[in-house]
Amino acid sequence: MALRGLSSPDSARGGNLLGIVGMIIAIATTLAAPGVLSYGLIMIAVLIGGSIGTVVALRIQMTSLPQLVAAFHSLVGLAAVLVAAAAFYAPVAYGLGAPGSIKLASLIEMSVGTAIGSITFTGSIIAFLKLQGLISGKPVIFPGQHFLNLGLGLGLIVLVAMFSIDQTIIQFWAIVFLALMIGVLLIVPIGGADMPVVISMLNSYSGWAACGIGFTLANNALIITGALVGSSGAILSYVMCKAMNRSFFSVILGGFGADNAVAAVDLGDRSIKQGSGEDAAFMLKNASSCIIVPGYGMAVAQAQHALREMGDLLKREGVKVRYAVHPVAGRMPGHMNVLLAEANVPYDEVLELEEINRDFSTTDVAFVIGANDVTNPAAKNDPTSPIYGMPVLDVEKAGTVLFIKRSLASGYAGIDNELFYHDNTMMLFDDAKAMCENIVKALE
Amino acid sequence: MDSATLLQDVVVHSVYAATAFTEGTPLIFFFTVFILAVFVGYYVVWNVTSALHSPLMSVTNAISSVIIVGALIAAGPAEFNISKVLGFIAVLLASVNIFGGFILTHRMLQMFRRKK
Repeated sequence: MALRGLSSPDSARGGNLLGIVGMIIAIATTLAAPGVLSYGLIMIAVLIGGSIGTVVALRIQMTSLPQLVAAFHSLVGLAAVLVAAAAFYAPVAYGLGAPGSIKLASLIEMSVGTAIGSITFTGSIIAFLKLQGLISGKPVIFPGQHFLNLGLGLGLIVLVAMFSIDQTIIQFWAIVFLALMIGVLLIVPIGGADMPVVISMLNSYSGWAACGIGFTLANNALIITGALVGSSGAILSYVMCKAMNRSFFSVILGGFGADNAVAAVDLGDRSIKQGSGEDAAFMLKNASSCIIVPGYGMAVAQAQHALREMGDLLKREGVKVRYAVHPVAGRMPGHMNVLLAEANVPYDEVLELEEINRDFSTTDVAFVIGANDVTNPAAKNDPTSPIYGMPVLDVEKAGTVLFIKRSLASGYAGIDNELFYHDNTMMLFDDAKAMCENIVKALE
Repeated sequence: MDSATLLQDVVVHSVYAATAFTEGTPLIFFFTVFILAVFVGYYVVWNVTSALHSPLMSVTNAISSVIIVGALIAAGPAEFNISKVLGFIAVLLASVNIFGGFILTHRMLQMFRRKK
């Protein structure tokens, strides 16, 4: 029901409440079960965990949202592994049979749930580190990597089979250890801006882990919710991949954006038009319509508030202001939307690619702030480009295109953007927030 | 109650009844539930507007912390053994997720309130 509520912003908050209620019911029924006795101890755990979660959720800045979600996923993965381990060591409590004689089906479910949980755990940690900038966002690739992963994957399957027959402790922990490594190796070759797919993928895995444990414990609540979460994450990953026009496998096998041979932009004979905040303000003021294209750069500079101020001033001048969000802009699905909502941008001004792409040709000014690859026409014109085929925003069809970037450096895909050299493009070189504030000052 | 949940309920109950009659193995029952849940998940998620994908991430994360149910069973029993310890830690982790996930989702959704 909580998920159903998310079909529109209006019903969403009620849906969230229902989700909370559902969780409470599930917990209460379990607490009432015979065999669950140490309420004091449990309360302590809930209090500690709950306060950590509450403090973090209340204080985090929305720009760090992707990292936080990744971190949360890792916790679910770890919890699933721990529960599986607990079930293994004390199967009686779970009705699984005496230690050493657990049913075959339960063993398979247990080990699958454990493996997925471990992968989710380490994979999410790596995702977190990359997003937080604690390790490089660049894909880490080395020769033979795919074979290594394949080998490890096969090894895991073999172990699961062996464990299901022998059920020894060593095998259990070997599965955990191997899966933990796979988690790391799986995420490490994926570059920073493919993170939206990775995050929804890990979200999906955390659901399947819970589901696997649910089978082990013959617990309907776990099976159902685990499967719901698993399929929701899987669908989102699919949607993201379609939006980039890259196959899921190409994303998770990684290596995209590693080849930065083109990173050094060769200006050669190509000239660019450069401008200042006042120039931009002048153009915007005299436009009748404007479409703003936000990207990761806006998030990094935390420019969304200044951007909205600019939007408000423009609206006062009679300019029609709308926002165009590309499905994979930012580092997490819906990232841009959350940031714009945080800045109080009315959400009916925020439109998705399919809804707004045709309107660029009738718009005076396209204002691209911190986005790059999602506007690159090479995706349409150049079959050799790594982003070829990806749906992009047709900003070049607008009367004038303003690009706010810190420099001419390439974006995530490591390629140059044609648009910078077009006649109707003006580059505004500055930090996104600073530039917006300049424009706001010039407009006032 | 919307149609998807109603449908799921009806089918689940009929499967349960059928299983009871035919004395099918419990595994089949659970597997059916599993398939149903996957379909419901699919149907429901397609309807989520892309602007709300971030809250979707955090609420599904919160929901997957239902693993706490398994952890509670582990931490529950009176005797003190390794399972209890593992269960305790798992309850803690899941609590972080539950509180953090729902509060985060709420924060995000607050921002999507219709502006006057």
